[in-house]
Amino acid sequence: MTRSLLRRALAVAGVLLVLPATSHAHLMTTGLGPFYDGVSHFALTPEDLLPALAIALLAGQRGSRTGRLALFALPGAWLLGGLLGLAFPTISSATALTTVSFLALGGLVAADARLRPEWVTALALVVGLLHGYLNGAAMSQAKLGALGLVGIVSTLFVVVALAAALVVALRAPWARIAVRVAGSWIVAIGLLLLGWSFRAA
Amino acid sequence: MKKALLPRTVLTLAATLWPALAWAHTEEGRAEGFLAGLHHPISGLDHVLAMVSVGLWGAQLGAPAVWLLPVTFPMVMAFGGMLGLMGVPLPGVEVGIALSGILLGLAVLSEWRPPLWSAAVIVGFFAIFHGHAHGTELPAGASGLLYSIGFVMATGTLHAIGIGIGVIHRWAWGRVALRVAGALVASAGAYFLWRAFA
Repeated sequence: MTRSLLRRALAVAGVLLVLPATSHAHLMTTGLGPFYDGVSHFALTPEDLLPALAIALLAGQRGSRTGRLALFALPGAWLLGGLLGLAFPTISSATALTTVSFLALGGLVAADARLRPEWVTALALVVGLLHGYLNGAAMSQAKLGALGLVGIVSTLFVVVALAAALVVALRAPWARIAVRVAGSWIVAIGLLLLGWSFRAA
Repeated sequence: MKKALLPRTVLTLAATLWPALAWAHTEEGRAEGFLAGLHHPISGLDHVLAMVSVGLWGAQLGAPAVWLLPVTFPMVMAFGGMLGLMGVPLPGVEVGIALSGILLGLAVLSEWRPPLWSAAVIVGFFAIFHGHAHGTELPAGASGLLYSIGFVMATGTLHAIGIGIGVIHRWAWGRVALRVAGALVASAGAYFLWRAFA
């Protein structure tokens, strides 16, 4: 009696285990709460990480004063844009914006453009507002809320501080050239992204 | 009563391990796209030889060519890749790639020292063919951005390898070794050209 019951149970178990099931999609979460979801989102999203890195490199190339301005302008604008995105989440994705960011910022880094600190700060404000808005809109849809945005901005602050400080401290000519090479890579990625968007269209 | 527990345990375990309880996320394919992009530039010997040769030639020419050429090549190659992705036709792509091997190999072999701007133009001109070939071969469905990042990183790394090898240019034996390497690349380019027409 028990053996036949076991056999039936094993049969049911076998069916259950091989049964094709619907996979439920959701945004990537760390399981540690919205703050860390925001941290991981920024660290694992090249669409946001690369423009931020490019601003940090550009600011670092222009010296410590520009670096300090960008350090507060970019995260501040990102936070403001993010709050706007949370409040008015109309657009959550803009490939064109990402592509333009890559091309313009990467090009400036590759050219070692001698921009005045005010111009770099203005660029940081524009990039921060636009990318922050997109982040906020995405956060709103994922219901991560303002805490997720704080996670993003905190990580952004750390990334900009480290990258800009590293570039400011570089003295060896080859090291400064390596920064320009990094800029050219960002431009190359932007060009390919442009091609991908045409292919997708 | 205790014996009846066994079937229940089996069923409970099965229900626990049921695939419906595992939740997938939307990020699938991104790492795969990155790895595919990283692999693509090294998947063909013709591309690898040309990209390493750019680094070798840059190392022979010294500053500022040593960094200008490897900066020019990925950017112009990405432009060619963009054209390929957009479906813009480019005639003689395989011939252009083979010629790049021959010319870059000969440049390394002869330690050719043209003006900086013309070296950049030569490298940029051939980079379009390499980029276009990659652009038309890119797999559909891969994560575009992650693929592009992997692709550019692999290309830049090949240039860096070339520059790293080119460091031996400071020694007499190294200069000879580089010239031999140039001859080998030019020979491989000639083979690729023959194959393109065959």
